[in-house]
Amino acid sequence: MIGTLDSKTPPGPLDQKWRNHQDHSRLVSPNNRRKLEIIVVGSGLAGGSAAATLGELGYRVKCFCFQDSPRRAHSIAAQGGINAAKNYQNDGDSVYRLFYDTIKGGDFRSREANVYRLAEIANNIIDQCVAQGVPFAREYSGYLANRSFGGAQVSRTFYARGQTGQQLLLGCYQALCRQVASGTVKMFPYTEMLDLVIVNGQAKGIVTRSLRSGKMERHAADAVVLASGGYGNVFYLSTNARGSNVTATYRAYKRGALFANPSFTQIHPTCIPVSGDYQSKLTLMSESLRNDGRVWVPKRKEDRLTPPNEIPEPDRDYYLERKYPSFGNLSPRDISSRAAKEVCDEGRGVGPGGRGVYLDFADAIKRLGVETIRERYGNLFQVYQKITGEDAYKVPMRIYPAVHYTMGGLWVDYNLMSNVPGLFVIGEANFSDHGANRLGASALMQGLADGYFVLPNTLPNYLAGQMGKRPPPDSPEFEQAEQSVRARIEKLLKVNGTRSADSFHRELGLLLWDKCGMSRNEQGLREALRKIPELRREFWRDVRVPGDEKDYNQSLERAGRVADFLEFAELMCTDALERDESAGAHFREEHQTPDGEALRNDETHAAVFAWEFEGENQSPKLHREQLHFETVHLTQRSYK
Amino acid sequence: MNFQLRVWRQRDRKAPGKLVDYDVHDISPNTSFLEMLDILNENLIRTGGEPVAFDSDCREGICGTCSLTVNGEAHGPDHPGAVCELYMRKFQDGDTITVEPFRVGSFPIVKDLAVDRSALDRIVQAGGFISARAGSAPEANSILVPKHDADLAMEAAACIGCGACAAACPNGSAMLFAAAKVSHLSFLPQGAPERERRVLRMIQVMDDQGFGNCTNIYECEAVCPAKISASLIAKLNREYARAQFRRRLGE
Repeated sequence: MIGTLDSKTPPGPLDQKWRNHQDHSRLVSPNNRRKLEIIVVGSGLAGGSAAATLGELGYRVKCFCFQDSPRRAHSIAAQGGINAAKNYQNDGDSVYRLFYDTIKGGDFRSREANVYRLAEIANNIIDQCVAQGVPFAREYSGYLANRSFGGAQVSRTFYARGQTGQQLLLGCYQALCRQVASGTVKMFPYTEMLDLVIVNGQAKGIVTRSLRSGKMERHAADAVVLASGGYGNVFYLSTNARGSNVTATYRAYKRGALFANPSFTQIHPTCIPVSGDYQSKLTLMSESLRNDGRVWVPKRKEDRLTPPNEIPEPDRDYYLERKYPSFGNLSPRDISSRAAKEVCDEGRGVGPGGRGVYLDFADAIKRLGVETIRERYGNLFQVYQKITGEDAYKVPMRIYPAVHYTMGGLWVDYNLMSNVPGLFVIGEANFSDHGANRLGASALMQGLADGYFVLPNTLPNYLAGQMGKRPPPDSPEFEQAEQSVRARIEKLLKVNGTRSADSFHRELGLLLWDKCGMSRNEQGLREALRKIPELRREFWRDVRVPGDEKDYNQSLERAGRVADFLEFAELMCTDALERDESAGAHFREEHQTPDGEALRNDETHAAVFAWEFEGENQSPKLHREQLHFETVHLTQRSYK
Repeated sequence: MNFQLRVWRQRDRKAPGKLVDYDVHDISPNTSFLEMLDILNENLIRTGGEPVAFDSDCREGICGTCSLTVNGEAHGPDHPGAVCELYMRKFQDGDTITVEPFRVGSFPIVKDLAVDRSALDRIVQAGGFISARAGSAPEANSILVPKHDADLAMEAAACIGCGACAAACPNGSAMLFAAAKVSHLSFLPQGAPERERRVLRMIQVMDDQGFGNCTNIYECEAVCPAKISASLIAKLNREYARAQFRRRLGE
């Protein structure tokens, strides 16, 4: 059914591919757009911008989100900024350089043509957001301000204090609201997609459940767009929102969509350390803090519990500056995270449990004054104080890496269409642009690029051949999908065991963090692959889901998601085991350079690993998409 | 730490609700308020009870989903901040804590502590936007915005849309919410073309949704997690008066 994986990358020189592709794609005329229905699942930066833009173009759009309002999607929590190669700073930036930094940051495991298009479009995004009234930071002249960010030597990041994600999301939420008011987009808040419906091999609808009333619905459409975000919550503790989940993409996987590179999960270096077992989430401290903060631990283990301000300069180890002199505190996320783990493994970690490093602003405050620091990061310092009870203006912050973003996702071609015709996947939910590691301020860029500019230009090429092919929602395929959703819910309610779904989720998270977290090895992965099915069996034997399905039943909602995570975790570990190399965030201990950096195997592994579901409790089938690099030369990443 | 909780339980919108007592034990002071409720729910599930429904998502004070009234205060005692940013170290061991939903006529109760705030979405749908079609935007630096104006716009735009302002207001007014959006967009040159139309429509819908009026009580500002200043309500009133005046002049 699947055959070879064709990325459908257009021919021609790299910098003309996207233009040429648009010139030769099919279009849908305005009077036909009104006849086409499009489902968008998710209302974050990708889903919200896609729904608003498609609505504006005249399609009939249905947009679904599990939150009570589209404005709550987790894009809102992104802090630091959004990249674009405007070169407003005259510091040598260019589209090519943004492309190169992104593909290098991803450790050469992403598609050249996709990444180049992303870098090209980034400038349009800034224009679009300014036009919408996003209050980006400004110079006194009234021009836009920039700051620098990890993994780059130019200053190309646009920001709105420490709330860039919020402001960009509100911009796209407002655009979405305008379309809702004009009747082109219909919003379905508090609604979860529980299955994908495929008719004659094409994605033609979804089955949803209202989280409030439990009501099940079938929605037929001419195309389905998934913008349901990443799967970082498979680790239980992550910087994701409580509700973020893998269900939409995993359900699509079970219906035949390929899941690509699930083992590529990003561990963000600057989060507030874990403080106890009860903890429900981890909070990110924006990477932008590394612009002015210096990361260090005591040189000697004995100083681990000494108050930081009493440790004299010579006894401090500014390990990022020491190991990576040219990028220093701005080294990419994967490298900074592993370096933190390393010093903690050596017993030099600080704070309770010894899993923490200092992020110190004393020098920056001396240099710039406390007011400047307050202006740049005030809200982050406030968040830190709320959570830890400590004042970071006076004592250094304690930080530790935490799961943050997932580069893996459903496989898509250059048009952002999955191997299932009619199923498009955008934003964090797809795998396409960040390779094995995402650079800071690139997630917002990708979400909005996909939603505002890529999808609206690639979707018509598919839709042009689909006029009049939308099946009625009472066709047998819908019936079958709804029955399977109902059966599963019933099964969950019937177990009537003794443990909450959360308790299983927490156990799964600890296992994954240990065996498939910041570093991985064959033995650990095999152990995880043995334990996950055991845990899953235990779940289906002993979970307790109180209440019934015709109600606002948060336990049921969570149990369904945990059940999917318990299956998905196995796929993630399978991929991590199969990828017998280190690349970016995927660090296999067996493959490292003498000084402990990730060692790729370009001979055999310069490829996307895309997995096909083969049936319950069956091993998934591996498909490979070879990555061709026509422009860049694969090098060992060096940030020294 | 140990606490006695009095939690509002209500089956659905129409059913009568009541406060029910629960005890929670051995809570670390570093536990967040919502994590404390998670622990309560975990115990309820284990002992065969029905967990308390409450909404939350990001749990870092930015998404605006959480919506609890704690001891009579929207978002609890640790202002400014959403209730997800409230930590148990703010309470004394042995305290009795009353937990209720946001109480506003325009936010019907869904279940227990969860409320329906779609009325706020409808206010934004009425005009809380700048109509900018993707593809038609000019080069970003061709629109200059004085830093001072950009900063004011940002301060107003920081609203997280939680609805605490309306919950704290004795009149159930959403003026601070509407003021934040109207101000954000009218501080910027990009917002100028739709300035009058926006404020007139948003206020119309705000009234239609049953929110009350502002009588300068300032409870909204006191509980706002995003520190939106009540002075923006004065700006909203000026914008509204200006728009009505210009409309009358036929401009």
